[in-house]
Amino acid sequence: MSVMPAEERTIVTPAEADHPLLFEQGAPGATAVSLPESDVPEIDAASAIGAEYLAEDAPELPGFPEIGEMDLVRHYTRLSHRLFSVDENFYPLGSCTMKYNPRVNERAAAMPEFANLHPYQPIEDVQGILETLFHLRTYLEEISGLSEVTLQPSAGAQGEMTGLMMINAYHRSRGENRPKVLTPDSAHGTNPATCTMCGRQACTVKSRSDGRVDLDDLRAQVDDQTAALMITNPNTVGVFDEQISDIAAIVHGCGAQLYLDGANMNALLGIARPADFGVDVMHFNTHKTFSTPHGCGGPGAGPVGVAEHLRPHLPVPQVVRCDDGSYAWCEDRSKSIGKVRSFYGQIGVLLRAFVYIRALGSDGLRNASEKAVLSANYLAARLKDRYHFPFPPPYAHEFVMVPRFGSARVTELDVAKRLIDYGIHPPTMSWPIQHCLMIEPTETESLATLDHFAEAMIAIADEVEQDPETVRTAPHNMPVRRMDEVAASRKPNIRWPR
Amino acid sequence: MSVPTDRKFLESHEWFMAEGDVVTMGISQYAADELTDITFVDLPTVGMKISDGSEFGEVESVKATSELLSAVTGEVVEINSRLEEEPELVNNDPFGDGWMVKIKASDVGELEKLMDAEAYKMHCAAQDG
Repeated sequence: MSVMPAEERTIVTPAEADHPLLFEQGAPGATAVSLPESDVPEIDAASAIGAEYLAEDAPELPGFPEIGEMDLVRHYTRLSHRLFSVDENFYPLGSCTMKYNPRVNERAAAMPEFANLHPYQPIEDVQGILETLFHLRTYLEEISGLSEVTLQPSAGAQGEMTGLMMINAYHRSRGENRPKVLTPDSAHGTNPATCTMCGRQACTVKSRSDGRVDLDDLRAQVDDQTAALMITNPNTVGVFDEQISDIAAIVHGCGAQLYLDGANMNALLGIARPADFGVDVMHFNTHKTFSTPHGCGGPGAGPVGVAEHLRPHLPVPQVVRCDDGSYAWCEDRSKSIGKVRSFYGQIGVLLRAFVYIRALGSDGLRNASEKAVLSANYLAARLKDRYHFPFPPPYAHEFVMVPRFGSARVTELDVAKRLIDYGIHPPTMSWPIQHCLMIEPTETESLATLDHFAEAMIAIADEVEQDPETVRTAPHNMPVRRMDEVAASRKPNIRWPR
Repeated sequence: MSVPTDRKFLESHEWFMAEGDVVTMGISQYAADELTDITFVDLPTVGMKISDGSEFGEVESVKATSELLSAVTGEVVEINSRLEEEPELVNNDPFGDGWMVKIKASDVGELEKLMDAEAYKMHCAAQDG
């Protein structure tokens, strides 16, 4: 298969690139609606509300668009054609941002029986959603191997905070105050932020050159002042730390707790249960692993699972099944950290997670994780001779690689921009290590799509050797070319008119 | 990579140069290159007290935002106000016109524990792997 930048499809004329803003179109008097004559009598505003409350002049709305319906439709349709979307293009951003979100999830979440519920409705009226949430809770308990899950937290970061608050409550209940929380240097930024928010001091544990935790440094730092180690496994550089049981033993040896950041659960479903490798608390990012369309900022849901000894501290209310088979909210938990979110959590996102889990079933979830891992390792194997891989394989469901081309000054940004010309969305850049690209194909991409991506990356590496300027100045086939991000930041012009 | 020998360096790439008890501080060429084009430098105000190891400002580039760490304890006596309009000075001349703050240090001896130019060069080479 020959791989070419998708010039035919995306090329636009300069005139189209400069298509006027809505505010620059139309003509005085043009309108997209025609209202009928008013059939109620007009009254005098001054006598109705008092002349002193009326402005002397009509408000001026300079430049307010006056435009006909056809032109309005064309304007927005034209803009929609410029969308670069997961429905048209491959996104190697993976589950962190844009894993495939099955349409059936949306249908379930939009069902009026769910969408029109009100949190103050009597308990007898909401048995359906309570039953659904109860089952979701038990599925997450089964997947994690942990004793009990709360569905309240709204996203991963809030899940982390809920988890750490429970850990603090646990230590306090034993008469201890442990001020320190350890995080590996590869941790998500939210981990140390959570420590600080919870009044704990975040301390960094070093990683080895292969991306795993340096056990010697961990042993040197963990002590009876340590509340917990917060770890992501597989970690942010894409490797599964198979020392995890040893890590758990070291942490538990000092009476500290092992917290798992579940951001990378997409590699583990049905394969490894966090409770089995020593995790005491973890959060799920259901919007990632169990598919809800989201961007930075949500919507998300961050259910938290805990081991038996932390159950007394879970938030209330908890959804429970009563002896008579009905469902209810239970507030009864003497050492609870309380409520961490208004009402009952991010129900729409939780519903999608429920549908996703039910649609795939236990075998399907394992299959999804296996495919996600296989896809990532396949791509890494195809690219290993053309790009620098700082961490050795095998990888979990994602990997990091560094574009490094000898003397040609081409950066990760240039490669990412050039990928757009090949019809591929840029991957995560410059994180978690300097100058890297992070590739997470997920489980849903066909072999043909994976091959297209690999061949595009190889073609770009060839271009760097033959004509680096093409890569440095990409993209070339988009309505908007390389942006001057420096000028935009240093001298932002955010006013209209132009 | 050229690194001036008249000053000391932190692992986090800040440089410190003492003249009497006044210490001038900035970031290295390596740091400026890694950050790429710097778009904003958030500096403390004159008179602010700063302690060794504390964060006292931020550098923002199109790529990242980085904290500025102090290696000395003291009081800010001057800031480079040109950076407000010309943050690119940090990219163009990080060891000269791109300086950031001057701190009247309570103990200039605190700089002794920092890296000299040779050690700093090796530190940067190690980071490039």
